Amino acid sequence: MAKTFTIDGKVVPFEEGETIIQAARKAGVYIPHLCYHPEFKPHGSCKLCTVKVNGWQTASCTMRAGENMVVESNTDELNSERRTLTQMLFVEGNHFCPACERSGECKLQATAYDLGMMTPHFDHFFPNRAVDASHPDWMLDFNRCILCSLCVRASRDVDSKNVFALTERGIKTKLIVNSKSGKLGDTNFSVTDKAAQVCPVGVHIRKRRGFAVPIGERRYDKAPISDLSHEAAVEVK
Amino acid sequence: MNAPEKKKLRVATCSLAGCFGCHMSLLDIDERILTLLEYVEFDRSPITDIKHCGKCDIGIIEGGLCNAENVHVLREFRENCSILIAMGACAVNGGLPAQRNSLSLPEILEEVYCSMANGIIPNDPELPLPLNKVHPIHEVVKVDYFIPGCPPSGDAIWKVLTDLLAGKQPELSHELLHYD
Repeated sequence: MAKTFTIDGKVVPFEEGETIIQAARKAGVYIPHLCYHPEFKPHGSCKLCTVKVNGWQTASCTMRAGENMVVESNTDELNSERRTLTQMLFVEGNHFCPACERSGECKLQATAYDLGMMTPHFDHFFPNRAVDASHPDWMLDFNRCILCSLCVRASRDVDSKNVFALTERGIKTKLIVNSKSGKLGDTNFSVTDKAAQVCPVGVHIRKRRGFAVPIGERRYDKAPISDLSHEAAVEVK
Repeated sequence: MNAPEKKKLRVATCSLAGCFGCHMSLLDIDERILTLLEYVEFDRSPITDIKHCGKCDIGIIEGGLCNAENVHVLREFRENCSILIAMGACAVNGGLPAQRNSLSLPEILEEVYCSMANGIIPNDPELPLPLNKVHPIHEVVKVDYFIPGCPPSGDAIWKVLTDLLAGKQPELSHELLHYD
């Protein structure tokens, strides 16, 4: 008999060592997340995947599943906190969806839709971070970065290139490029890198490829992000 | 004896730092505007050309705040409207005009007006002074409801208005909620 725990009353089987979010995905239960990616070690930083385990809040991407755990996820209380986190991400960056190449394919946007975010609520920071267009095929718009570290992890752990890094701390944390000039053009980054495939928002942009899919046919136009069929879809840019 | 005629809700609308695209989208409710007019009457609005907002049940604001007059009009709406709605991306988050926020205002004015020969920055006292930064309206007054979208579809606007008329909390489904 497989070991099980429950999420919102639904019985979910798990294997020893699996995290709550891993077991939930296999069981077809969506838990909102932004910095989590099934192919990488969890980072546990965005806190969108926070659930209650036996009444205590914890990140479901880092918490291992345990026998008979009682997990709450899709509750008004947790979704309200997730919405607040999402609103803070929106005002800290410049997320001007109408002019963004990733609109309709963006996980931040799709997650905000799913949580019913009608307004960013807080005062906007309107940051002014220089765009890096030094690479012939790729550009980086740091104003859209949510510090998920997925490109950092992909470049380090899969591409073995270590092109990206997060630097500084707290509210000053930012994504940087590991080259003397700090420019992407001065690295061995390539469009075929895994790091080029994982950005949940619109920082990583392939040049000369913007707005290729018409409105209405983009990934999250068709079905909300909570529809787990997206998870199986191959990331194509 | 006939029942007294049901009192219509009074609605005001205006476009601040917007492009009137959201008002065009409001007209996209098409013939449903006739149904709407059975329940509401318009106060200040581009539809009526009334210049000042009187006491209203619902105020609908398109656009963000890019100059002093925008702030003045917004405050007049807030003072007079029981329910204030931010309609469209610019009202909700500053939108396209707010993309100037990464540049300094003098830089922008010089680039726009002084880059050509003999150009001068307009300074007629009748012109409202531009704000240093463009702001979404919730940063200045309390806003009750938001309809995101650039523009929101006629269906989304219709859904919010009819929810409100029915006394319900407005909700947009996946198909109607978008930020672009």
